[in-house]
Amino acid sequence: MSVVLDQSEIDRSLKRIAHEIIERNHGLDSVILLGIPTRGVTLAQRIGSFLAQIDTQVPVGSLDITMYRDDLRLRPPRPLVPTQIPAEGLEGKNLVLVDDVLFSGRTIRAALDAIGELGRPKTVQLAVLIDRGHRELPIRADYVGKNIPTNARESVRVQLREIDSLDQVEVTL
Amino acid sequence: MITSGHLLSINDLTRDGAFEVLDTARELSRITDGAIKKLPTLRGRTVVNLFFEDSTRTRLSFEAAAKRLSADVINFSAKGSSVSKGESLKDTAQTLEAMGAELVIVRHGSSGAAARLAQSGWIKSHVVNAGDGMHEHPTQALLDAYTIREHFPEHDRDFTGLRIGIVGDILHSRVARSNALLLTSLGAQVVLIAPPTLIPIGVSSWPVEISYDLDAEIESLDAIMMLRVQSERMNDAFFPSEREYARGYGLGAERVNAMKERAIIMHPGPMNRGLEISASSADSERSVILEQVSNGVLVRMAVLYLLMGGTAIPTEGVLV
Repeated sequence: MSVVLDQSEIDRSLKRIAHEIIERNHGLDSVILLGIPTRGVTLAQRIGSFLAQIDTQVPVGSLDITMYRDDLRLRPPRPLVPTQIPAEGLEGKNLVLVDDVLFSGRTIRAALDAIGELGRPKTVQLAVLIDRGHRELPIRADYVGKNIPTNARESVRVQLREIDSLDQVEVTL
Repeated sequence: MITSGHLLSINDLTRDGAFEVLDTARELSRITDGAIKKLPTLRGRTVVNLFFEDSTRTRLSFEAAAKRLSADVINFSAKGSSVSKGESLKDTAQTLEAMGAELVIVRHGSSGAAARLAQSGWIKSHVVNAGDGMHEHPTQALLDAYTIREHFPEHDRDFTGLRIGIVGDILHSRVARSNALLLTSLGAQVVLIAPPTLIPIGVSSWPVEISYDLDAEIESLDAIMMLRVQSERMNDAFFPSEREYARGYGLGAERVNAMKERAIIMHPGPMNRGLEISASSADSERSVILEQVSNGVLVRMAVLYLLMGGTAIPTEGVLV
């Protein structure tokens, strides 16, 4: 097991991602953040509070993609968690999806399907804390906290203090 | 989770399992409340409605539930099929499975038909009991529990303190049995109210109270569940006349007025208006009968979703 990000590094990464979001979208007009449960939601909220410190407050919501997964046959059903779409909707927005780890890309594909049902954002961007490679679909992240080359059998564990009572990312075999 | 892969009886569900179904149904209601009407979850998978008995709402409700999850639905009703040529339950089910059915929803006039189908090794599909004779109707009980829960949010995780009356034709009712088992396991107190002729033998083993006097109970109930008088199953004189039944056990305006302030009126349908429930009670503000119908679709979606998932052990992080 090795720790690849500690608390201050996670903070710095998220703050940098916040700056990049502002830079790429030329401000925060019509930017909204949607986190993918569970830890993506926490990360979206943290990025949201950095954006508020640096510039202005943006709407933050959550998007449960369980019902859009393509692996229901392979795995036991997962409990559903709330989807909260900000009241202004997705229409014409610059939507930033936030997740903790980008791996096969299947979660993001499912999220894109779910977004398609909810409206037509102007752009969809992707922010992840960790990109660990091994993509199975043509999907990439726009904002990456840290690229970590991994073996496919290793697992990446993201812990956040709101949920796990500490901030840390570790890789275990 | 429903570990057996089937939903045959309320006894297949632990208390936690029942809450899992109810929670899943609640999330589904939030998802499908807004813009999304149809989810792709069961795309390409086939569900069969195997109905040997007449039914409107249960069959339509399962069909709607399966379609909202994008499953393909094959409807089978015994009328007009080879069953009238003498085809057996086994052959019918195997035929449907050979056509690709992965989950069979079965309603049958004989108690235990669903269990027979699930446990005999005839077919490999998941089986959901949609009513077997006078035995059980688990999804009805789940939708009733869901409806009660939405009206008493302070009892979200525990029905202790709720008193629920099930009134009328208990003898012929699979709804009564499933509800008595489920609601008591969630913590509620259930009282069966009926003339002695319509109380089944062996009811003493159920975890419920029995009463023959509706007027004595009405003021104490948080929910009242009126059962349909099942004339088609009545081959005996269970009560002197319909008028007398309505007077003793029907829900009319006077009894509605005697109910607790927040008490709700439920009926699994179809109603005999004027017999077990008066038209004014069925349409009163306390009546949640149509909510029961909408909740039925949600609960059945939850059951289909939870049953049709895979069984592999989740590997942390593999599909992140």
